[in-house]
Parts: sequence; C-alpha cells; structure tokens
Amino acid sequence: MVEVVVFIVAAAMVLFGAVGVVVRKHPVHCALSMVLTLFGIAVMFLAMDAQFLAAVQIIVYAGAIVVLFLFVIMLMGVDKAESLAIEPLKGQRPVAISLGVGTLVVLLASFFVHGGKVRGVQITGALAAGGAAQGGEQNVKALALSLFSDYVFAFEATSVLLVIAVLGTVILARRPPKQIDVEALS
Amino acid sequence: MIAVLHTTPSWYLALAAFLFAIGAAGVMVRRNPLIMFMCVELMLNAVNLTFVALSRRLGDIGGQTVVFFVLVVAAAEVVVGLGIVVALLRRKPGATADDVAMLKG
Repeated sequence: MVEVVVFIVAAAMVLFGAVGVVVRKHPVHCALSMVLTLFGIAVMFLAMDAQFLAAVQIIVYAGAIVVLFLFVIMLMGVDKAESLAIEPLKGQRPVAISLGVGTLVVLLASFFVHGGKVRGVQITGALAAGGAAQGGEQNVKALALSLFSDYVFAFEATSVLLVIAVLGTVILARRPPKQIDVEALS
Repeated sequence: MIAVLHTTPSWYLALAAFLFAIGAAGVMVRRNPLIMFMCVELMLNAVNLTFVALSRRLGDIGGQTVVFFVLVVAAAEVVVGLGIVVALLRRKPGATADDVAMLKG
C-alpha cells in the first residue's frame, strides 16, 4: 500500500513537471519544472531498489545539468518570457501534439499488446524473485561488479567521450581571438 | 480489488511512455533551443525509467548499468549542446530554432 502511494505521488511530480517544461513561458520556470520531474524519477529509482542511480540522478541531473541550464539562461540573458501566442509556422502545434499522442499510442502498444510479451519474455507482471540485488549495499556492489567486469571497456570509452566533450565545448564557446594590431604596437 | 494493489513494472512502463510522449511533443512545439534541450532530457529520463523498471522485472543488473552510461552520454550531450547554444546566442541574441537555418551554406 505504501509503495502505491509513493508511486502516485512521484508520478504526479513527474507528469506535472514534464507538462510544466512544455507549457511554461519563462525559461527559468521550465528549468525548475524539470527539477521537479527529475526528483520524481529519483524517488521512483529508490522505490525500485536502484539506490545508487537515485543518488546519481540527483547529483548529476538536478545538481549539475540543471545548474548548467540556469547558468546559460542567466549568462546569455535569455530569461525573457517567450510569447506562446504567436505561431510562426502555421499548424505546427496541432501536428506536433497529434504526433506526440501517436508516439504515446505506439509505445503503450509495444509494451502491452501480446499480453506484455516482447520476444517471448514477459515484461509486465510480477517482479523477479530477488533477482536484482536488494538493499542499498547489495545494489552498489552488484552495479560495480557489472560495470567493472562486463562493461569495463565501455566504461573506459566514456572517459574519452568526456574529454572530447570538454575540448569541443571550449572550442565552441571560445570567443575568436582578436587580431593583434602589429602597426599599433610599433 | 484494492487489496491486491502492488506497483508492477507495467505502471512504470506506462508512466515512462507518457513522459517520453510529452518530451517528444515539447521538442516539436517549442522554439527556444534551451527548452528543446530540456525536452530531450525528459525523453532520456523516460528511457532511464524503462531500463530500471525492466531491470527490476527481469532481475538483471545490466539495465541499471546501461542507465549509468546514459547519464554520462546525457552530460556530454548537454555540455556540447549548450556550447552550441551559447555560440548561437552570442551571434544573434534571442535566436530561436528558426534562426539556425542561417547555417545553410
């Protein structure tokens, strides 16, 4: 019963925040709505015994990524409310909303037709009996074992990815160097 | 019927489908590049929720490992994307997604 209440509260947070990101005019309000969604998802991770990912979700998403968004909003001075009344592309919104509903229908159908079976594996229904490690310490241990044995090359590759991302951002966001005026120096 | 109320993975899968659809509609509706990025993050989070729910359902920790990699890729994507947005907004303050058409040769 408790887990049902937790699910309902967290689902309300997630959906309310997600709708807020899409319909709010002010970019700062959108970023704060996204924080609400991310916290709701962290609560769900906790409810599903993924304690490590819940902590990482809060630290990385709510702590780093949202701050980065807010930083850019403030730095570039785009914290002006955008007028949602004008619609430059005629009929863009109805088409977008119907495509969104279509996405929803396709996703739900892919999960729940054939009685929740995907390639012969029942994906809906009861949880695995003690399969995924239970408890916080067990969860971290199991995740670390998986990450540093089966996926160790992928893990090393992410470090290369992060270095490339840092270098790319420095080059993209750098102001072009000013031409040194040789005449003026002499 | 209330007595048998347990959260099952299907609830989380349905919620993830809703979250993904809202994010997808947001990318198509909004024109501010920053908010389009936020909607992409919503879609990534919906996928993470699906991975964790199925990891719980199937008793396989691999799903949670994949979520870890998705987090890393999302961080890298945000960093590079915001770099592009900063470069764009510096060139043209108040730019929307329509203004990226100026990148055409």
